[in-house]
Amino acid sequence: MTIRKRRPSRRAFLGLAGAAAASSLHPAARAQTAGEIRDLGETPTEYGKPSAFEDSKRWSRAPDATASSSNTPLADLEGIVTPSGLHFERHHTGVPAIDPDSHRLTIHGLVDRPLVFTMDDLVRMSSVSRFHFIECSGNSAREWSPAGAPNVQLSHGLASCSEWTGVLLADLLDEVGVKPEASWIVAEGADAGLMSRSVPLERALDDVMIAYGQNGEAVRPEQGYPLRLLVPGCEGSISVKWLRRIEVAHMPSMARDETSKYTDLLPDGKARQLTLVMDAKSVITRPSGEQKLDGPGFCEIRGLAWSGRGTISRVEVSTDGGRSWTDAEIEGPRHAKAFTRFRLPWRWDGGRHVLMSRATDDTGYVQPTLAALLDARGRSTIYHNNRIKAWEVQESGEVTNAEA
Amino acid sequence: MPVTHAADESERTGLGHEATAEELGAAGYTVFPDGKGLPEGRGTVSEGKAVYQQFCAACHGRNAEGDEAAALVGGRDSLTSERPRKTVESYWPYATSLWDYIRRSMPYESPGSLSDDEIYAVVAHLLHLGDIVGEDAVLDRETLPRVEMPNRDGFVSDDRPDTGGE
Repeated sequence: MTIRKRRPSRRAFLGLAGAAAASSLHPAARAQTAGEIRDLGETPTEYGKPSAFEDSKRWSRAPDATASSSNTPLADLEGIVTPSGLHFERHHTGVPAIDPDSHRLTIHGLVDRPLVFTMDDLVRMSSVSRFHFIECSGNSAREWSPAGAPNVQLSHGLASCSEWTGVLLADLLDEVGVKPEASWIVAEGADAGLMSRSVPLERALDDVMIAYGQNGEAVRPEQGYPLRLLVPGCEGSISVKWLRRIEVAHMPSMARDETSKYTDLLPDGKARQLTLVMDAKSVITRPSGEQKLDGPGFCEIRGLAWSGRGTISRVEVSTDGGRSWTDAEIEGPRHAKAFTRFRLPWRWDGGRHVLMSRATDDTGYVQPTLAALLDARGRSTIYHNNRIKAWEVQESGEVTNAEA
Repeated sequence: MPVTHAADESERTGLGHEATAEELGAAGYTVFPDGKGLPEGRGTVSEGKAVYQQFCAACHGRNAEGDEAAALVGGRDSLTSERPRKTVESYWPYATSLWDYIRRSMPYESPGSLSDDEIYAVVAHLLHLGDIVGEDAVLDRETLPRVEMPNRDGFVSDDRPDTGGE
């Protein structure tokens, strides 16, 4: 902490100059505030924190494990941006500490010129800033049972949305010159386990980013500092964090995390593979599970919707368990492959109500029921659960998870 | 966005520097299902048993039946059951993926500590435990990609959306 000259405090001033001096300056004000001297607030800080009265926290299923995850407290959040410190985490071998000055991104393989980029090189390139969600494909894994998880942090918290800044991968691939026989890229992280995933080249040349910025500052360590891949709309694990190497290739590497894991087993024993896109999904964040309404009256219903295929075109809300649906207001601008906020004015009459939301994206895809998912996929797919979620407002005002 | 495979030199930024052979060697590599990327070296089933007992058995069980960490063998014919058991033996489509994953991430507490020969050996041992290769198998960059995994044809491409829309 630096030592700085301090102005005399209000109390010191009063003590030194005396009450007479103060009262001679402002006799009327002094009369009104006598006996109620207000304390001055805190001084400026170098990096601000939320109010001490706020208690938003990530929830981790195994806080002491390096192969763990933590969920975003979606019910606490407003708008579409997840504060960087509350972005969900999933890492398989812990969060590495990487010095950006010594970090390098190597792009090689089926290219004309294998290149090595420093962080300075990348920051000098043309940049883009875009809002995109990231969702773990294991998000909502507890939602294969009818009632699902008891609160939205547990049911949907492996999804978050940030404004990401970085370089388009297409621009970097132009720099190295991709050979005609290439059809995939393989990305690799600098974590202890060298996390690796394959991305189709066609996709890599579309909207894939190499991100160094998150919500106006550097990408957080848990999110891949100093550099991560960002494959918009796709399952989170493909957006390789701590990115150090991209190999342009003739086929996918069929890495462990695209064969053994993140494949979706169907009833006939076959498994869908490279199911990259996250389908349209929505959830009501307020009122939601484990909240309590303190009495009947007006209560806005609000929530989040997102689609890995494009923009959200419609969100419908039901307050009667799906018998009737009303279009919610969608707040713009609607970013593609980003969280979208929806709101519906509602007046709680004090009775029991089952609240549900149903998203439609601009491809016409409608968020399915659990029954429709089970009918199409059986019970063993684990990943990609985007069912309609229900919350039940009890007469007591308590909100619980409900079968839907 | 136009799909350009090689921009004219004048359009390139020129940022970054061309990788030297030394930098490429240090940058890391990928192992592919056709064997591309596999290094020199070799390992046998019996050598792999010793490696496995020293570095793997504490978490994966004495015979890879699973303990703190996942089961690596068993589970054949379970994929259509209510409790599918997805193991290297029953589920993984490529032996090369196992080699690649062990090189990257195992042993969990000290990834990177096994030599290439030890990785070939421990893969041979696991594939033998899974009744996929014989007791006398020797794995190297030529033989490993030729191993036929039981679930090689168990995967289909993404055919979603599968819930109809409206």
